[in-house]
Amino acid sequence: MYPKELKYTKTHEWVKNEDGEAVIGITRYAVEKLKDIVFIELPSIGAKVTKDSPFGTIESVKAVFELNSPVSGEVIAVNEAVNTSVDKVVKDPHGDGWIIRVKLKEQSELDNLLSKEEYEKFIQDIPKEG
Amino acid sequence: MKLIFNKGAQGRRGVKLPELDVPNKAEIPEKLFRKSPARLPEVSEMEVIRHFIELSENNFGVDTNFYPLGSCTMKYNPKIGEEVARYNGFTALHPLLPQLRPGGLLTQGALQVIYETEQFLSELTGMAEFTMQPLAGAHGELTGIMIIAAYHKAKGNKKTKVIIPDSAHGTNPASAAIAGYRVESVPSNEHGVMGYREFMKVLDNEVAAVMLTCPNTLGLFNPEIKKIADKVHEVDALMYCDGANLNAILGKSKPASIGFDLMHVNLHKTFGTPHGGGGPGAGPVGVKEKLKKFLPISLVIKRRDGTYALEYERPSSIGYVAPFYGNFGVILKAYTYILSLGGEGLKKVSENAVLNANYIKEKLKTHYHLPYDRTCMHECVFSASRQMKKGVHAIDIAKRLIDYGFHPPTVYFPLIVEEAMMIEPTETESKETIDAFIEAMIKIAEEAEKNPDLLHSAPVSTPISRLDETAAAREMDLRV
Amino acid sequence: MTYIANTDTQRREMLSALGLDSIDELFDIIPKNLKSFSFNLPEAKSELELRQHLQLLARKNATDLISFLGGGFYDHYIPAAVDTIISRSEFYTAYTPYQPEISQGVLQAIYEYQSAICRLTNMEVSNASLYDGGTALYEAAMMSVRITGRRKIIVDEGVSPIYRKMLHCYTSNLSLEFVEIPTHNGIVNRELVKKELDKDTSAVILQNPNFFGCIDDFTDIVEKAHQAGALVISSVYPVSLGILKTPGEMGIDIATGEGQSLGLPLSFGGPYLGFMGTSKKYVRKMPGRIVGKAHDNKGREGFVLTLQTREQHIRREKATSNICTNETLCALQALVYLTLLGKEGFKEVAELCADKAAYTSKRLTEISNVKKKFSQPFFNEFTVELTGDAGDAIAALVEKGFAAGFPLGRYYKGMERCMLVAVTEKRTKEEIGLLKESLENVL
Repeated sequence: MYPKELKYTKTHEWVKNEDGEAVIGITRYAVEKLKDIVFIELPSIGAKVTKDSPFGTIESVKAVFELNSPVSGEVIAVNEAVNTSVDKVVKDPHGDGWIIRVKLKEQSELDNLLSKEEYEKFIQDIPKEG
Repeated sequence: MKLIFNKGAQGRRGVKLPELDVPNKAEIPEKLFRKSPARLPEVSEMEVIRHFIELSENNFGVDTNFYPLGSCTMKYNPKIGEEVARYNGFTALHPLLPQLRPGGLLTQGALQVIYETEQFLSELTGMAEFTMQPLAGAHGELTGIMIIAAYHKAKGNKKTKVIIPDSAHGTNPASAAIAGYRVESVPSNEHGVMGYREFMKVLDNEVAAVMLTCPNTLGLFNPEIKKIADKVHEVDALMYCDGANLNAILGKSKPASIGFDLMHVNLHKTFGTPHGGGGPGAGPVGVKEKLKKFLPISLVIKRRDGTYALEYERPSSIGYVAPFYGNFGVILKAYTYILSLGGEGLKKVSENAVLNANYIKEKLKTHYHLPYDRTCMHECVFSASRQMKKGVHAIDIAKRLIDYGFHPPTVYFPLIVEEAMMIEPTETESKETIDAFIEAMIKIAEEAEKNPDLLHSAPVSTPISRLDETAAAREMDLRV
Repeated sequence: MTYIANTDTQRREMLSALGLDSIDELFDIIPKNLKSFSFNLPEAKSELELRQHLQLLARKNATDLISFLGGGFYDHYIPAAVDTIISRSEFYTAYTPYQPEISQGVLQAIYEYQSAICRLTNMEVSNASLYDGGTALYEAAMMSVRITGRRKIIVDEGVSPIYRKMLHCYTSNLSLEFVEIPTHNGIVNRELVKKELDKDTSAVILQNPNFFGCIDDFTDIVEKAHQAGALVISSVYPVSLGILKTPGEMGIDIATGEGQSLGLPLSFGGPYLGFMGTSKKYVRKMPGRIVGKAHDNKGREGFVLTLQTREQHIRREKATSNICTNETLCALQALVYLTLLGKEGFKEVAELCADKAAYTSKRLTEISNVKKKFSQPFFNEFTVELTGDAGDAIAALVEKGFAAGFPLGRYYKGMERCMLVAVTEKRTKEEIGLLKESLENVL
């Protein structure tokens, strides 16, 4: 379910390194947890993002969560489709539902992110709610 | 129900206007006209009346059902207030009239109402002076925060943050942030209040003010409040009281004696003016002596000769928060309410409100989890955590109450109580009504045990059941 | 009076259920030294006494003056049926419709109100109301800052001086730059606006008709502002939209205004109604409540509060505004008014106002000491210049039973001789004639 080529965060974002450019999205787990995503606020192109700092927000009907960037760098593309509808994020969060593309500042920032296996274990250990 | 825009017929008229009685036509160039008339409904007066009467029948109000919506104080709204607010001597009064000479003399009655209401509120809260301008509670908060900022500016204080407990209304942090302050949230302690020890950890010289609701949003009075206030004053910060819950302490304690420097009062909560389906309200702000000079202009004053006048000369004033003197129609109703009850009657308000809330708390605490089991003030907060084990949430209990004919309590607030249900019966409800509500709540607790699905599908007695809010937020159909 | 239902017996029963002897014990939590001392409030009055007292106070207000006083707040005719509807206590004793199943009445009404505001202004979306026209304008200014991330705001001096004072008050603690542009010949000075528009400009704030009553088409300013990446905010007098070019037609980004003229009495300054419309793309940056259409699991249509994540109860210090209670009942009032007048009637009100104002202007300027101040077209309000102090003339006319207008010198230096005269459909040819005669006599 969680692709091997992606790296993950404990705040449920994923990142994929494509030749010094990082594609960032949210995980299937986050999508399922939030259930009713209605809107994702994207940064503008050219915005600077910092590792572990918010770059946008994701909203359900009655809650707002921050999206944290797994890496630092400059936003070079945003998924325009997400601007009009969150459908793609809900249906294919690890693929077509990517959120932003960032020009990486420090490749090494990718090193201490979670692997597929580590992330899967991490989410398994999160206590289930009533 | 069909929208009013989908009713009527082309060319149909409601109100007839007089014929034009002057020979002139306006000389407005063609390019300044709109292209076509606004597409307003074309309906008869009777169609309008039937449409809106039918809509009104799809609405719960205090006049139709018990409405224990916590923190909103949905008490009975006396009808005499509605009557007086419709007197032509008040409704036809243009707000700019006092700016013509002989000024205030043209509006003595209205100015007297404002002045005396200010005096009553000052006496009730212990504050030195009130402005009646703020148009709602949150507007009062913003006014208060701006007064706080003006105070620090005048003293040359460098202050950057406002301390707010985590149990506060969302308007508190929003108001502080809008006025340019950083918000620091303090967690409530095991007694459900902001404890002295937790508080001291965040208090420093950067603090401009502490915003507290008194009693707090759990309906609890903080016994350490005076101690906190004293420490706040040591760093030259101010104590702001969100007076949303003033109904609980009317005639019992004064925010000024507790140590608050300024506060707002919600006339639509404590002083019996109707909530109007979400407004208009009024949120007058009262301050202690040292903050008087910062109050917004204009202010109503009483002259030695017994006449009333508007004062604009207050050089340190924060300026204009409202175009005129506040929501005058609402002030008028609150004035009538205060006069109608009198001092002794107002004391009975808090006494009965607190008694009713404690009675509910006592009767329901064996059926629902009561996170803070102590004497409450005018409202009590339960948690649906016990019912959650059966998959029943606060929202399900709320919706099921509708089937029993009651407006649900406030749910999921305060945020610090999981699955919160906040019940505020107010003083005007009778024991019979309250008993019936308690009985319904107990039945629902039983239903949650035996038949959780019944609660999940509630309400079943209404023309529509639960709406898909996710789809609504995604589709954004906001008009026709 | 008392509105408490419980009897002493019932109170005793309730106390004994709590294991208490007296109500005082419930207040034991309040430390002794914090309990109230003085409590000097009047004694309770009966309903009859209250009525007599309030009637007396109502009579102490000069509401029998024939009014040509406007300044953004107008004496329009309110059809009887408006009060019939807003007197329904199912509406007025409810609170914010948090429970849609039992609040469809007010929710549908707000949806219809939003639709009516959109149709009036030709804007794409509307919120459920704000406090008044001034706070709506301030909210619009803040919204432009959120949208553009810029902090300079250009304000035309034709915008109500009261609203400009409010803007200053609200933003005094924020690092915003306000640039006020003097008018030229009674309307916006295009050259100065163009000069001030730069990459820091968040918005240009305008008003139509402006405080002097002059009407304008802002299309050219919108174009220039958009080229500079700034928004244009326009405060608008809603009755004028019965005939005048709309904010939507001009390309305005945020339209706001005071809804008092839509069926609300003057009531000495409130409660009033702030309205706001904008483009759909900015809806998430808009303050205030919004109602949307929804469906239940059986496909039945209903209405809910939507896009709530913008609001303070969810986003707290990051909310688009701190507004909670708004002016719902006033919005309902405006909706009922607009519905009763309808498509034709609303246009007629605007035409009557404009035509009668044209007549009044003509009659007043027949007086040799009275001149029209500006050559611009006007809607229902216009500025005349006298040869002496306008405040004196107006004071003299109060003696003769008129609230003849507003002395502009109160707000504009150098306009001490100017008087702002407003005319609504309520004024008759006879009253206008009397005003002319009386003015002639006092000059």
